Amino acid sequence: MPKRVLLGLLLACGLAAPALAQEPKTGGVINAVIQPEPPGLMLALVQNGPTQMVSGNIFEGLLRYSPKLEPQPELAESWSVSADAKTYTFKLRKGVTWHDGKPFTAADVLFSIEMLKQTHARARTNLAQVDKVEAPDDYTVVFTLKQPFGPFLGIFEVGSMPMVPKHLYEGTDWKTNPYNNAPVGTGPFMFKEWQKGSFIRLVKNPNYYEKGKPYLDEIYWQIIPDAAARSVAYETGKVDVLPGGSVENFDVPRLSKLKDTCVTGAGWEFFSPLAWLWLNNRQGPLADKRVRQAVMYAIDRDFAKDVIWNGLGKVATGPSASTIKYYTDDVKKYPYDPAKAKALLKEAGYKGEKIRLLPLAYGETWQRWGEAVKQNLQDVGMNIETIATDVAGGNQKIGDWDYDIAFTYLYQYGDPALGVGRNYISSNIAKGQVFNNVEGYSNPEIDKLFADGAVATPDSKRKEIYEKAQKILVEDVPVAWMLELQFPTITRCKVKNLITTAIGVNDGFKDAWLDK
Amino acid sequence: MLSFVAQRVLKGVIVLLAIVVLNFFLIRLAPGDPAVVMAGEAGASDQVFVKQLREKFGLDKPLPEQLLIYVKGVVSLDLGFSFRQQAPVTKLIGERLPATLLLTLTAFAISLILGVLFGTFAARFAGTFLDTAITVFALIFYAMPIFWVALMGILLFSVTVDWLPSFGYETVGANLTGLSHAVDVAKHLIMPAMTLGLFFMATYTRMTRASMLEVKRLDFVKTARAKGLSDAVIQRRHVLRNALLPVVTLAGVHSGTLIGGAVITETVFAWPGIGRLMYDALLQRDYNLLLGVFVICSAMVLIFNLITDLVYRLVDPRIEFAS
Repeated sequence: MPKRVLLGLLLACGLAAPALAQEPKTGGVINAVIQPEPPGLMLALVQNGPTQMVSGNIFEGLLRYSPKLEPQPELAESWSVSADAKTYTFKLRKGVTWHDGKPFTAADVLFSIEMLKQTHARARTNLAQVDKVEAPDDYTVVFTLKQPFGPFLGIFEVGSMPMVPKHLYEGTDWKTNPYNNAPVGTGPFMFKEWQKGSFIRLVKNPNYYEKGKPYLDEIYWQIIPDAAARSVAYETGKVDVLPGGSVENFDVPRLSKLKDTCVTGAGWEFFSPLAWLWLNNRQGPLADKRVRQAVMYAIDRDFAKDVIWNGLGKVATGPSASTIKYYTDDVKKYPYDPAKAKALLKEAGYKGEKIRLLPLAYGETWQRWGEAVKQNLQDVGMNIETIATDVAGGNQKIGDWDYDIAFTYLYQYGDPALGVGRNYISSNIAKGQVFNNVEGYSNPEIDKLFADGAVATPDSKRKEIYEKAQKILVEDVPVAWMLELQFPTITRCKVKNLITTAIGVNDGFKDAWLDK
Repeated sequence: MLSFVAQRVLKGVIVLLAIVVLNFFLIRLAPGDPAVVMAGEAGASDQVFVKQLREKFGLDKPLPEQLLIYVKGVVSLDLGFSFRQQAPVTKLIGERLPATLLLTLTAFAISLILGVLFGTFAARFAGTFLDTAITVFALIFYAMPIFWVALMGILLFSVTVDWLPSFGYETVGANLTGLSHAVDVAKHLIMPAMTLGLFFMATYTRMTRASMLEVKRLDFVKTARAKGLSDAVIQRRHVLRNALLPVVTLAGVHSGTLIGGAVITETVFAWPGIGRLMYDALLQRDYNLLLGVFVICSAMVLIFNLITDLVYRLVDPRIEFAS
């Protein structure tokens, strides 16, 4: 064979190889870290992060969302919206079965909605606008709303509205139903085994409705309580996937540099975690807007991002994260400016009254951030006292309004009506609530804007309303927005296609495959 | 002896009940509401939902009524229902107890055997280099925080030389059985058991050494020497046996607390025991689970104290049981 032809063939093979490598391969086992151990796997009853992460493989919702938050089919294969934006009709996928072989139908959807209204705090709120739900046939579900609700198509992902098997839960005591410990869903993986404190094992659903999927045979979720030990487990090859937030942030750069390691920040677009400081607007110096603005100027948020969070994340500009709908950065800016902060404090007549700061007890990174913020505030002359608590104790203090400044971070769920307004509208002020309007901010104009924004049509009208709301809030500083957090997912590079939607690892491993 | 045991058991039950009542109120003194924690985890917390949770788990009832329900349950060996894990507490503890017992009893055996052995050598060669070396070795492990020893162990034996696994109870997914499974568990056990055992070893070493040196000075040892007994026999049969009493007392106290004391070791090595279960329950204000673990730990202390009293009799025949 002439040399040139051989070279050509080799080149052709070489060029073709990457393309071939992208063809999904079937088989293999993935070891992933889950932290902390989920309290249960029945997603309709338990909705904390780890439960969603594991159970997103077992259960499914009617829709999924692309990284741009566009709805995609899952258990519903199509949907339509009436002209008055009050009737949503979902056509369900045919041929879907629960893991026990029974068919999934519209009756399951109706039952799930009734159950979730009682067991799922967020679903309850999301469904408040629904007047009735009907199933004209086995594969059609019709939602009729009381009034148009802009973000309605955004409430159907698996964590927000998981589908529950009616035949296993109807007429039972949900709390003690035996299927809570051996959950049955429609998802790509089936529950197999849970050795408490050690691991959770899921196996491939051979009857999954998407032919050929899932590609993996098994998933082991390893339970490793200590953050340093989780890093070591990855380093020593015992686990292949570290979902976002499972190792301390300061370990991320080191682990990212390991051989055959890939890192992505994708898969958090729906949650868009935003960190801020609750500022108690009711009492003390922080009742004065100028003092709250001084807090914004006093804190070096770039330092926090670059040093404490190792360059991960983005400095927040206001109440909305830049990844959710109707975000605008055309708002008042608060650069790091201690001199301006001092001037504002002086103007407000601050006389060194004690201000209590509650850091978040979520580990080392948050502790360091608490120290840095304390230092920043002290530098401009604020008298800061740090109050140390654990998470439950901190929540109680915040819920009882017994704080001056407190760290938090909350999810935004893709739309201001779902995850932003709740923290600023005055009807959400109530003692004992932890994640709503605990700062006590009350502004009738903001109340009206968020009320109008939720029901306004068309989209351009919503945009206008929410942009106005952002401007007013940033001027008033009811809370001090810090960072849009980023929790990178670290994997071996052989793990392909793990994150394909806006909820990332929480959406199950149905597209993931191993390039062995 | 039987009446002694019966008396101690009866007293133990009363003490246990007192502990239950005390713990019941102590836990509730800590700020934090389990319903709020759970609602928070759900990503929202409207008051209706929190109220529903409180009703569901009986947290809305007056405290004395909650206590009565709980004590009634304990008497019938029902430790209640875990709010958060949605499972009976006895089941949750039952799943974890074997692992904790394996870890703590192995650590206990390591600390006691090595401690008494090193203490005996140190006393035998008191004032020499060996004595100093043993004392320093023991004190190093006593002085270093457990979590740090554990992390250094992982760094050396798992990361650097890769001899031992860094976490867990067994190799997940290996599906080993029989002897190979036992060897696998043993490999996982070495580091956590040594970490915990070496910490307690120091006290036994020091205690044995001091006690033996004291006994060695007593008249009956001189008599034994005068009788012409060999040094080894004197050390083993006369000195060590008499010197062991304070060590047994200490071991009795330690053995009961080993279960609670394994929290850090279990956390660092991801050992699926009840120490970690207790810690999580505390953070989540999972009252029933926390109380359940406390009840089991308290019962362990009482049982081990009883065993200690019985062992006294074996070690020193002069001790008689007061009936």
